[in-house]
Amino acid sequence: MCGIAGTLSLSGHPVDPALVSRMGGALAHRGPDERGLHVDAEVGLAHTRLSIIDLVGGHQPMSLDAGRLWVTFNGEIFNYIELREQLIGLGHRFTSRSDTEVILHLYDRYGPDCVTMMNGQWALAIWDSRRRRLFLSRDRMGVRPLFYAHLNGVKFSFASEVKALFQDADVPRALDLEALDQVFTFWSPLSPRTIFTGIHELSPGHSLIVEAGCVRTWCYWKPQYEPTKMGSSQTLSEELQALLVDATRIRLRADVPVGAYLSGGLDSSVTAALVKRFTTTPLRTFSVAFDDAELDESWYQRQMRDALLTDHESLRCSSSDIGRVFPDVIRHTETPVLRTAPAPLMLLSHLVSERGYKVVLTGEGADEVLGGYDIFKETKIRRFWAAQPQSLRRPLLLRRLYPYMPNMQAQPLPYLRAFFKVTERDLDDPFFSHLPRWELTSRLKCFYSDATRDRLGTYGAVDDLRSRLPAEYARWDTFSRAQYLEAAHLLPGYILSSQGDRMAMANAVEGRFPFLDHRVVEFSNALHPTMKMKVLTEKHLLKRAAQGLVPDVIVNREKQPYRAPDARSFLDSGQATPEYVEELLSEPRLRADGIFDPSAVQRLVAKIRGGRAIGVKDNMALVGILSTQLLIELFIRTSPDAHDSERGTAVRRGELFVRAGLN
Amino acid sequence: MFGQASTDLRDDESLLDRGLIDSTGVLELVGFLERRYAISIDDRELVPDNLDSIARIVAFVEAKARAQVKDIAS
Repeated sequence: MCGIAGTLSLSGHPVDPALVSRMGGALAHRGPDERGLHVDAEVGLAHTRLSIIDLVGGHQPMSLDAGRLWVTFNGEIFNYIELREQLIGLGHRFTSRSDTEVILHLYDRYGPDCVTMMNGQWALAIWDSRRRRLFLSRDRMGVRPLFYAHLNGVKFSFASEVKALFQDADVPRALDLEALDQVFTFWSPLSPRTIFTGIHELSPGHSLIVEAGCVRTWCYWKPQYEPTKMGSSQTLSEELQALLVDATRIRLRADVPVGAYLSGGLDSSVTAALVKRFTTTPLRTFSVAFDDAELDESWYQRQMRDALLTDHESLRCSSSDIGRVFPDVIRHTETPVLRTAPAPLMLLSHLVSERGYKVVLTGEGADEVLGGYDIFKETKIRRFWAAQPQSLRRPLLLRRLYPYMPNMQAQPLPYLRAFFKVTERDLDDPFFSHLPRWELTSRLKCFYSDATRDRLGTYGAVDDLRSRLPAEYARWDTFSRAQYLEAAHLLPGYILSSQGDRMAMANAVEGRFPFLDHRVVEFSNALHPTMKMKVLTEKHLLKRAAQGLVPDVIVNREKQPYRAPDARSFLDSGQATPEYVEELLSEPRLRADGIFDPSAVQRLVAKIRGGRAIGVKDNMALVGILSTQLLIELFIRTSPDAHDSERGTAVRRGELFVRAGLN
Repeated sequence: MFGQASTDLRDDESLLDRGLIDSTGVLELVGFLERRYAISIDDRELVPDNLDSIARIVAFVEAKARAQVKDIAS
């Protein structure tokens, strides 16, 4: 896996090779094995490589026909072997065994539509020098990141991470307050927006062309929820298992060893078990453990280790570890987060990298695709209750929600009822499933300064999303709508990015996700919702497919989402507060940055220090405020990766490879 | 209580409607009242009728305090 960057001049001014080199340099962590550049007067492409497939032949940027086409590519095309055979059958001649070369030939033959034939996770750019066309594409689910800045009439630049774009002094650096408001509602900005003004991401399932100074973006794939797939649980679970076996098999294609994460939950257990049972790959597994019993899943992880007899290693993560590495976490997420959960995953990828592994398989995506989240259950219970609002028994089902949260369980029933209550208006709302969560998260806006409030004016994040829903949305049932909201927003916007790609790639580790194979996604989206949530059993079909594959204690356990210690990682009476926390949450700093109300933040800090913060909201507020302050500190006030930018070596026009560790 | 919103809260306003009490917030409130006013609140008393506005909390705490004084006196 790798980092990509590039820039296209739209003004006639020649591209600055030193800038392209700096952009690549800012992504060195993503690809420590090699650095490659291609720069001519009009276009510059950079690539930092983590060698996984065809270690000798897969250098990038790679060209076809002596520079007619150039590609810089981050990711994997898992079906490249089959595509390569087809292309050879059609007369194409290959000079390497790499999947990168397959992309070039595929584009050459089919043009931009070629991505619909690819099964994989990618962010790529192709420079078509004859047509003077720059083509960008991003995988269907948004596994790999791709950002761009379009300076009208001047240049169009793109990169795997924003820090590479910021190497260019022409690219503005400012926080987009409406995007911040989106984070404080949905946990992430609404794609294609990012937290930075003027920087966009290419949305999942989208491609983009820059040609003759114009930028055109279009969607080549999107999730559809039409329950057309019929059959018994038995036959459907067999079909699901067969798909998962194949999705896993092709994700083990690599010329380096592949590891797996074991969280202790069903999804990663299934993934690891599939590797063990259906392939000959030696399995090495990794997991995170916490001191806090409420968060720790070691017992389940050990069950899986013993069942699979894997070479297993566990990383124990304390709250002070999280406090210590959090600035580095935000340097990589490049967006505010409301939970610290990414931090342990960055520490884990460090361990994986130290052990010599570059690739890990995980169970990511199963909850979104096959219906695992508590929000789906919550939605179902609220609907059921709303059908008989006077019922005394129906709201008792609320007790079945969030069994892993003792504070929620201790909540008196009248309060649970009040919290999850359904009004007439909610019933008709297209966001029925998500309103309680978004309203809860929106409470964080209480911490805005008056200036922030004024600048936001009447902006409403929920209405903004309402105006962007796909036309089909209105046709879908409540369950499918909830699934769509998770799959289209939280998954790429937070799970796969802040908690996924960025934390793994911070240490040059590539994640691969069998549950996000588009064949699995399309299969699941065509199932009737009861195949996903049967009565109140989540991931019904997956549990069925997992029987006999993983131990019953794993299949039958209560679902527990992955969480990490939040506020107490920073403000714990038992340990010293990290210096940067004191500084960034100080009254003068908050006032200078202007986003949050200093006295409201000070009250929150005092409350947490006093050990009186037990609510989800306090935790989210602290992490959200602190990460926003860090973002300002790291990206707006100072130059990101200032120390990295000069690492580039002398660059001349034309083709150049800078190799590290190979010569 | 939480951010700026508490500054303009009316005595009769619902804490739930204002989002000041979230899924676990009532436990914080109860902890605070028990400590501050040296009263003990029974689980059955944890209902919005008793606690869902400043005015209701005042009435509830006053009634509890009176009852406890009576207990001690009798």
